[in-house]
Amino acid sequence: MPVNKTRSRISEKSDKPRDTGYVLRRLWAYVYQYKLMLLAAILLTIIGNMLGLIGPMLSGYAIDAIQPGKGRVDFQTVFFYAGLMIVFYIFSSILSYLLSVLMIRLSQKLVWRMREDVFGRLVDLPVGYFDSHQVGDIISRISYDIDTVNTSLSTDLVQICASVITVAGSFIMMLVISPRLVLVMLITIPMSLLYTRYMAKKVRPLFRTRSAKLGQLNGFVEEMVSGQKTIKAYAAEDAIMDRFNALNNETAEAYYRAEYYGSMTGPTVNFINNLSLSLITVFGAVLYLFNKMTLGNISSFVQYSRRFSGPINEAANIISELQSAAAAAERVFKLIDEAPEPPDKEGAFELCELNGDVKIEGVSFGYLPDRVIIKNLFLHARPGSLTAIVGPTGAGKTTIINLLMRFYDVWDGGIYLDGMETRELTRSSLRKAYAMVLQDTWLFEGSIFDNIAYGKENATMEEVVAAAKMAGIHSFIKRLPQGYNTILNEDGLNISKGQKQLLTIARAMLLDAKMLILDEATSNVDTRTEIKIQQAMRRLMEKKTCFVIAHRLSTIKGADNILVVDQGDIVEQGTHEELMNKKGFYYRLYMSQFE
Amino acid sequence: MIFHYLKPYYLRMFFGLIIKMLGTFMDLGLPWVLAYIIDNIIPLQNVSLILWWGVVMVALSVGARSFNIIANRMAAWVARNTTRTLRHDLFEKILSLSGAQLDYFTIPSLEARMTSDTYNIHSMIGMMQRIGVRAPIILIGGIIITSTLEPVLTLVLVGVLPFLAFIVIFVSKKGIPLYIRLQQSVDKMVRVVRENITGIRVIKALSKSSYEKKRFFDVNTELMNKELKAGTTMAITNPAMNLMLNIGLTLVVIVGAYRVNLGASQPGKIVAFLSYFAIMLQAVMAITRIFVVYSKASASAARIAQVLNAPEDLKTIENTKLIRPEYHIAFNHVSFSYSKEPNIVDVDFAIKKGGSLGIIGSTGSGKTTLVNLLMRFYDVDEGSITIDGRDIRSFDKQQLRKKFGVVFQNDVLFADRIYENISFGRDLPYERVHKAAADAQAASFINELEAGLDFSLAIKGNNLSGGQKQRLLIARALAGKPEILILDDSSRALDYRTDALLRKAIRENYQDTTMIVIAQRISSVMKLDHILVLEDGKVAGYGSHEELLAACSVYQEIYQSQMMS
Repeated sequence: MPVNKTRSRISEKSDKPRDTGYVLRRLWAYVYQYKLMLLAAILLTIIGNMLGLIGPMLSGYAIDAIQPGKGRVDFQTVFFYAGLMIVFYIFSSILSYLLSVLMIRLSQKLVWRMREDVFGRLVDLPVGYFDSHQVGDIISRISYDIDTVNTSLSTDLVQICASVITVAGSFIMMLVISPRLVLVMLITIPMSLLYTRYMAKKVRPLFRTRSAKLGQLNGFVEEMVSGQKTIKAYAAEDAIMDRFNALNNETAEAYYRAEYYGSMTGPTVNFINNLSLSLITVFGAVLYLFNKMTLGNISSFVQYSRRFSGPINEAANIISELQSAAAAAERVFKLIDEAPEPPDKEGAFELCELNGDVKIEGVSFGYLPDRVIIKNLFLHARPGSLTAIVGPTGAGKTTIINLLMRFYDVWDGGIYLDGMETRELTRSSLRKAYAMVLQDTWLFEGSIFDNIAYGKENATMEEVVAAAKMAGIHSFIKRLPQGYNTILNEDGLNISKGQKQLLTIARAMLLDAKMLILDEATSNVDTRTEIKIQQAMRRLMEKKTCFVIAHRLSTIKGADNILVVDQGDIVEQGTHEELMNKKGFYYRLYMSQFE
Repeated sequence: MIFHYLKPYYLRMFFGLIIKMLGTFMDLGLPWVLAYIIDNIIPLQNVSLILWWGVVMVALSVGARSFNIIANRMAAWVARNTTRTLRHDLFEKILSLSGAQLDYFTIPSLEARMTSDTYNIHSMIGMMQRIGVRAPIILIGGIIITSTLEPVLTLVLVGVLPFLAFIVIFVSKKGIPLYIRLQQSVDKMVRVVRENITGIRVIKALSKSSYEKKRFFDVNTELMNKELKAGTTMAITNPAMNLMLNIGLTLVVIVGAYRVNLGASQPGKIVAFLSYFAIMLQAVMAITRIFVVYSKASASAARIAQVLNAPEDLKTIENTKLIRPEYHIAFNHVSFSYSKEPNIVDVDFAIKKGGSLGIIGSTGSGKTTLVNLLMRFYDVDEGSITIDGRDIRSFDKQQLRKKFGVVFQNDVLFADRIYENISFGRDLPYERVHKAAADAQAASFINELEAGLDFSLAIKGNNLSGGQKQRLLIARALAGKPEILILDDSSRALDYRTDALLRKAIRENYQDTTMIVIAQRISSVMKLDHILVLEDGKVAGYGSHEELLAACSVYQEIYQSQMMS
């Protein structure tokens, strides 16, 4: 068997920001999935805006029919065009509503897809990722960051579509009315473009900092709110408040800086707008003076120029929003791009029939590249045996479980199941071969039934009740008003730690696994209950290979094999009697409790 | 609620408003000049006069830009300060919530309120001042300026406004509840994500990834549908308002035609009116954007206010008379329940200063609850708890808690230096921290670290083993030389040898400290002065190890199961 030297590592992509282009391309890939909707949206936009564009033209004609002076108004023409205007505006409004709905739909689907992708990646990430990332930060990516993308897409995408049409349409209309007056635009367009560019360069990094700071603050709040009881117990509120204030200030400052520059946008856009209005007025008036234009022409032209520069102004707004969206999207993509657990080896076996013979041969491992925790470990657990792992704290006992379940891969050596290298097996079949009760009980918001039945699909009520009985939790559950349908709330706050523990034990009991892992599993249960559980487990453990990590010697005494671990090495191995007779490390450990 | 936070900035906001008004009026002045040029200057046939008026227009444009930028920056400043204070207060309040209130709000929901809800409010405050103020100014200012031009046409404009108001009210009435429901879905989604992060090992062990994906799919889809509904409702505003204004615009043309025909008006004024309509249209469109932000923010504000207005749960009372002052700690016939089922029933015991008490009992028997009551995370329902005879409810909460050094079940370490984790905001001298670490049997592994006490822990102390973490927690409890030391199940991650050394160190170096040890193992409590045996929240036995062994059946049973096997 070739020795696999690749260290299990958490992919830390370089922190340097990618270019906007990359992020936008990734976003575009999402949009492209809904190209039909997008096409429909673009079509609606074109028609809606065309109709909208006709309005000013019509009002221009109507105004031309209004000749200055008493009794010179051509009412028939005025009414004709006014009627047309109303019809067009109604159509245009309906279309624009349809467009909005369509775009909301599109952006929602897209955001939905994105959340699915993030979550899909999240559950496939190696356990190591969660050991080294704050929950708050991950959650802020899937909620706040995606939300930012959403807001930007649902409003900005419509805006962009509409803008393109409006700009092009207005421009054509203006050309039709007066090519000479269009020259005014030669001044204002470059101004708009330059400004937009400047903002993009200046503001984007500010928005990225803003996102990052918020993530940091969220992480801090998460940590402190969950440690709230401890903070109170030590009356450390003031010290924590100080740290919070510092972070809060930084975040507020980052927001302010981004907005300080961001807030120039609106007025600047308006300015360009007003400038073109001024120029049009002056030159339009001059042209009118020389009879090159009618009054209606000027009126239409002014309206078009507003429509023309409106979107260009908006563009600056949109760009600053797109920027915060891009910064947010970048963080989202970064999570999606995290390396998942490496795929199963090609042609990996699906475990089916299994004896439960576990061999660890010459395994070395550590979590950090420069810190070896397990050195050259050998271990053999025969089918149906009970292996107890004991040793001082920090000796690397939980690590063995991480390796058995392949939450982490070994550096050196190998782990064999019935003689098969575990890396030759599919992870899911390997893990399903184990039933596991961890030190940290984990329950989710759902009924007690669902929580117990979690590991076994289509479990019947009888099976669940039987498991609960074996775990000694049945009578407790029955006393609850809703029985097995009781919904456990967040973190199972409505039941005690011990009861939670018993529920997870019941969950493990329901599994049809060949091997059993108990990681200090009974440490939250009092000894009397533990005795009951142990008896039940004995029954469950029949023909199962068991690994028990515990400090309690009464648990260990019945073990077929005791591994005494110190600093990653198995220092002793044998039954309780053998080890006691040896008068070595285990003996001292055992006797210290009666000191 | 938000107004309360804005109050200190009223003056600044007022100046901002004035500046904004100046800027906006300059914006509004432009079409007026346009009409003036068309109707009054052009007939004079004077090109240079036209150019001069052009200069006026450009000057107005420049002024409008400068004033608006200044006002916007002032707005951003106010938004920053307000949110900062709000977040500060909210965090402070969260830190002061009682255990029962924490259970009620739940931790994830509090986090959401701290983060996304304050963010929504920030957006709103900023936007309100920038656009929310500008839009009404434009509407009102527009009306004022146009009425100087042509009062009858202005009436047309004013006639449109009630319709606009109706749309806004109608849509926001529908929209705000939708956003509240939307937020609930967001919470649900976040909860599933959180459960998956915390339970990742179990999920992977049971290969439930696809099941969890399905679960997420459901909440995600629900969220999408809620967002669709809210979004679709809000989307009515824009086109409807647009339509109203455009109809108004058409009416201006028609009414204007009559007026011109009567000789009461000029065509240039109609052109100017159309321009005003365009400006107002933009302002109104901005209002609709604000309404989306406003709906979100008011839902958020309600959620934040819920926390901020949570009543002071644990009130300080007047101490009337001393009860059992000869004892350091006394539980005087205490009863308590978290909800309906009684959790503690008539518990009565007392400890002398420097004495020690072990509490033992089965899971769910109420051991930890006793600590929660003693440290006043919850208040007793009946009876009282006294320290040196004084009811703990008469102490200042912080003063009360400063008497304690405690290690909770599943206690937490923070991503900070070891020193900070032990000192924990108390600014203890290094020697003291060293000594506490040594007593807690943590010195050996700390000394092995290159950085020693300056070693930085990862999140939740994940770069240490369980036992190392436990020893740091104990060091934290010892470091303040507490009057009362409470160890709740804190030896469970320690091996027997370390546990024994720890007990010895405490006995020798903390003689004045009254100690309460909650444990599963009899060996952890058998050497203490007294042992309290709890069963179903009631006292099943009280006395020394020997006494209990002789008289308490529950204790005998536990002892046998642990020692005889």
